[in-house]
Amino acid sequence: MDFTLTDDQRMIREMARDFSQAEIAPQAAEIDRTGAFPADILKKMSELGLMGLPIAEEYGGAGADYTSYCLALEEITRACGSTGLTYEAHISLGCMPIYYYGTEEQKREYLPMLCSGESLGSFGLTEPNAGSDAGGTQTTATLSDGEWVVNGSKCFITNAAYAKFVTITAVTDKGKGTRGISDIIVPTGIPGFKVRAAYEKLGLHGSNTTELFFDDVRVPEKNLLGVRGEGFKQFLAVLDGGRIAIGAMGVGIAQAGLDAALKYAKERVQFGQPIGKFQAVQFKLADMAMNIELARNMYLKAAWLKDTGRPYTQEAGYAKLFGSEMATKAALDAIQIHGGYGYIKEFPVERYLRDAKLLEIGEGTSEIIRLVIARGLGL
Amino acid sequence: MNIAVCVKQVIDTEAEKRLDPATWRLDRNVTCILNPYDEYAVEEALRIKEAHGGEVTAVCMGPQKAEDAVRKSLAMGVDSAVLVVDEALTGSDVQATAYVLAEALKGIQWDLVIFGVRSTDGETGCVPAAVAERLGVPLLSTLAKVEVQGSSVAVHRETEQGYVSYECPLPAVLSVIKGINEPRYPSMKGIMGAKKKPLDVKDASALGLDTAQVGLSGSKTKVLSARIPEPRKAGVKIEDDGTGAQKIVEFLASQKLV
Repeated sequence: MDFTLTDDQRMIREMARDFSQAEIAPQAAEIDRTGAFPADILKKMSELGLMGLPIAEEYGGAGADYTSYCLALEEITRACGSTGLTYEAHISLGCMPIYYYGTEEQKREYLPMLCSGESLGSFGLTEPNAGSDAGGTQTTATLSDGEWVVNGSKCFITNAAYAKFVTITAVTDKGKGTRGISDIIVPTGIPGFKVRAAYEKLGLHGSNTTELFFDDVRVPEKNLLGVRGEGFKQFLAVLDGGRIAIGAMGVGIAQAGLDAALKYAKERVQFGQPIGKFQAVQFKLADMAMNIELARNMYLKAAWLKDTGRPYTQEAGYAKLFGSEMATKAALDAIQIHGGYGYIKEFPVERYLRDAKLLEIGEGTSEIIRLVIARGLGL
Repeated sequence: MNIAVCVKQVIDTEAEKRLDPATWRLDRNVTCILNPYDEYAVEEALRIKEAHGGEVTAVCMGPQKAEDAVRKSLAMGVDSAVLVVDEALTGSDVQATAYVLAEALKGIQWDLVIFGVRSTDGETGCVPAAVAERLGVPLLSTLAKVEVQGSSVAVHRETEQGYVSYECPLPAVLSVIKGINEPRYPSMKGIMGAKKKPLDVKDASALGLDTAQVGLSGSKTKVLSARIPEPRKAGVKIEDDGTGAQKIVEFLASQKLV
C-alpha cells in the first residue's frame, strides 16, 4: 500500500493549483454574477495543455493519467465551479467516448481539436422524457442513403454552444429497448441542428447548458461511434468515469468552502475572541476537513483503480455520491459559520452551495447512484 | 547562446521557518518549492533562448529532494540539468556554495549564467557575486531588463532612484529581480516531458571538489546563535481630542526619540 502520488501527479496538481488560484479564482464571482462563459480562461487552459490532459500524445493530448486529470479538476473547481464543470464535461463526457470507442480514423479526426481546445467536448444523452431512465430515449437516427437522419431533442447538455460536434445517443433500432440505442457524432452548425442556451439556473452560471433540437439532421453513416446497438452500454461506461470526476469536483468546492470558513473563523471576533475558538464552530470545521479528506481519498482510489485497469464502477459511485453530498453539506456549514455574511454575495460561500447542488444531480442523481451501488451488492 | 540558470529549492514561503538549535540550520522537512526568484531567472533564460537559440541548463546544489525544483525548471522548458548532491555539502555557506556552483558550471557550456536575485530562505543575495568572482567573469546584479545583442548584453540595473544602463561583453553572470518578466506555468506536456530530459546528478568527487572547502566545516562563516524576533507589540493609539500633537511629542520624548 502506497499513497504517494507520482512526480507527474504532484507537479500537475501544483501547477493546476497555482494557475487556478492566480488566473481563475479572481474571476469566479464575476462569472457567477454575469453568467459569462469563461472563454479567456479556457484559452489559457488550452495553451497549457489541460484540455487534453488524460489523452495520449498521438492524438494531441498530454498523455497523463486519469488521476492527474481528477487532481487538476479538483483545483480548477476549487477556484470556480463553472469552469470546473466546463472542463469536466469536456474531458469526461466529450473526449472520453471518442477516446474509448472511436475508430482510429475518428480519433484522429476529433481528438486533436478537443485536446487543443479548438472545440469543447459535449455529450448529448438527457432528453425531456429520458433523464434517469435513459432507456426511454426518443431521439431517433434512421439510415437512409448511407446517412443517419436524426430527429428529436436533448436537454441539459453542457458545452454544446462551444462544440464543433456533439456525441448523442439515439434510437437506431426500434423495439430493441436499450439494445436499440447507438452513439452518433453530430457536427454542430449543419442544417436542422439547433443549439439553444436559455436556461436560468440556480448555480454554475458560467457553464454553458443547452437544449439540442434535431430536425432531419443528416450525418454520414461513418459517424456512428462504437458498435451499433451498444450506445447504452457505452455511455454507462463513460458515466462511470465521469462519476469519479464529479467526486473530485465535490472535493474542490468543499475545500473552497473550508478555506473560506477557516479564514473567517480566525478573523471574526464575537464575545471577545475569534469564533474559531468556540467548539460549535470548531466541530463544523473539523467535520468539513474530515469529509473532504475522505472524499478525496475515495476519488483518488477510484481513479487509481481505473488507471490500473481494475473494475471501478462501485468505487466511482461512492466517490460521486459521497463527494457531492458532502460538498453541499460543507457549503451549508460554511454559510452557517459566516452567519449573515454567508447569505450575501459579498462572500463566496453562497455560490459554493448553489454550485455544489448540481453535483448531486448531474451524471446520475444521488438516488440513481444508490441504485447502482445496491446493484453492485447483488440486489 | 547557451545559458546556465542556477536554481535552488527553498522551503515554501508560506511554511513556518524553524531553525535547528544544534546547528542553526533551517529545518527543510516541510513543503519545498523552487525559489520564487529563480522562476524569473528560468523565464528570462527561456525567453533569450527562444529569441536567440541555444540550450538552457539548470544547475542546482541541494539535497536529493531538490530534484523536484530542478524538475519544475525542466517542465517550464529548460533543456537539461545538473544537480549536485552530497552529504559533505550540507551546511555550506555563501563561499562554499559558490565554489560548488562554479565548479559545476565549469563542466558545461554557457555564455550567460542567470540567477534569481536571492533565495527566499538564506536571503543573502551574495552567491551570484561569489560565483562570478570564481569564474572570473563580470557580474551584473539586480536586473530589471536584459537584452542580448550579439556577443554582448545590455541591461537595466535597478537602484533605489531608478535604473542604470550597462552594456557588457559575454560571458557574464546576471541576477534578475521580481517583475523582470511573468514566469510561465509549466505546461502539461512540459511536465510529462520533464522526466525524459537529461538530469545529471553529481557528487563531490564527480566534480573533483576539495571537501575541505565545503559543508559546515569548510565554511568560513559560523553561525554562533540565532533567535526568533519577538512578535511586534501592539502600537499606541492616540485619539486626537485637540491634544493629539502634544501626546505624540510626549510619546516620542519618552522613547528618547526627540
